[in-house]
Amino acid sequence: MIFSNTLSSMSKTAVAIGAPIESGVKMRAEAVSIFYGAFRAVAEVSLPIRERKITAIIGPSGCGKSTLIRAFNRMNDLVAGARIAGAITLDGEDIYAAAVDAVAVRRRVGMVFQRPNPFPKSIYDNVAYGVRLADPRTARSVLDGIVEDSLRRAALWDEVKDKLKESGMALSGGQQQRLCIARAIAIEPEVILMDEPCSALDPIATIKIEELMQDLKERYTIVIVTHNMQQAARASDYTAMMMMRPDRAGEMIELDATQVIFTTPKDKRTEDYVSGRFG
Amino acid sequence: MAVSSRPALDRDLLRLLGDLLRLGSQVDQQIERAMKALRTRDLQLARQVAEVDERLDQLRYQLEQECVSTIAMQQPAATDLRRIIAIAHMTVELERMADHARGIATIALRLADEPLPLALTDAERMAEVARDMTRQALDAFVRMDAGLARRVAGLDDEIDALYRKALGAITERMRQDASCATAATYLLWVVHNLERVGDRATNLCERVIFAATGALGDYKPEKTGPVA
Repeated sequence: MIFSNTLSSMSKTAVAIGAPIESGVKMRAEAVSIFYGAFRAVAEVSLPIRERKITAIIGPSGCGKSTLIRAFNRMNDLVAGARIAGAITLDGEDIYAAAVDAVAVRRRVGMVFQRPNPFPKSIYDNVAYGVRLADPRTARSVLDGIVEDSLRRAALWDEVKDKLKESGMALSGGQQQRLCIARAIAIEPEVILMDEPCSALDPIATIKIEELMQDLKERYTIVIVTHNMQQAARASDYTAMMMMRPDRAGEMIELDATQVIFTTPKDKRTEDYVSGRFG
Repeated sequence: MAVSSRPALDRDLLRLLGDLLRLGSQVDQQIERAMKALRTRDLQLARQVAEVDERLDQLRYQLEQECVSTIAMQQPAATDLRRIIAIAHMTVELERMADHARGIATIALRLADEPLPLALTDAERMAEVARDMTRQALDAFVRMDAGLARRVAGLDDEIDALYRKALGAITERMRQDASCATAATYLLWVVHNLERVGDRATNLCERVIFAATGALGDYKPEKTGPVA
């Protein structure tokens, strides 16, 4: 069942609430098309996101990767004229259902962006921000624990534990990105979306983030958009390949275990892309 | 794609392929020379096989190094990567085939003063089929033709059948005339070397199938027990 509506006005559900949750699948895009006004940016994408695995979305520029990943936590709601057809489920429930609050979705599905974007606040306040927003009366001792735990899980604690009151903006690019990851996990999301999280980082900082992702997937489900083929190959369990159709809408042409995509892809276009042979 | 967007990788692949074919061609000649040295009792030719083998060892290491460099510098994926990995494996197989040719040449030197206890008919045919397999396997690699590779791998059955026949004939000859036991044992080594060349040619076919399709494990040759 496909529905279509403007994101800002929400919609009714396409998947029955309370439908059995597919084992091992945390989120699922079901025949998802995304429009900006009359322009269709993503066409009919069906993509299961497996729980506590890392799913990479790859493909050439303009193929709709970022548009698709932003639909997984309703970030496109904030774009005027954007609308979605199809369904995206989280634990079997449609996140675009009328009764669902976008803010509640974003609490469960966090996002890390291309450029590190710490708030102009202290390291401590950056991590505590979302927790305070959710409950302004959170006790200081509880907050202290959450900040330390989040920074530890983001592999940043040892580097910043003696300067928690210093500005997050003073950290290096790689540290800032890990601070943003700490901020994202402080509110205990279930899924973390990463939109080219390393494109502004040097190789060492990139490897640190990739190692961190391996630690994080013990607890979280991760979706990453990347232009870096080696990164997708190194860091992800599953890889979805997207391409732009002649009408410029992005479609998913292949989904498989990452090892298969990079050694024996089935689609010639995937083969050409992962081999760097476009053009 | 009509125009490659990876000319540097394509240049490396072409060079690797050229070097592999050169190695294959020299291995083919080594088997031919070794059998000729044995048949015509040409000791000088037998020594030449040993000399050339040293150079082939070096070519093998050079090719392996080129494969490593290409992987490190060009970071190939999918078919490109499988082709390079296949070249690295085929290089080793070819070098070992050359070692078997050298083994036959060594036997030609050891048999220098003794008459051959049996005609070399079966061994000659084994060498002929093994060389044909090697040439066709390399041809299949150039064409990335898994079907051809599978057919070529099937030719090893004839070599195995000839091997069993030769084993029977040589042991029977030993029974008949104990005085030729030493020379007959050397002949056993010759046919064993040729049987192994056939197995390695089959391995080349496996690598072609891997490069073309990604499938591993086709056509595992049967292991033959040690001889003598």
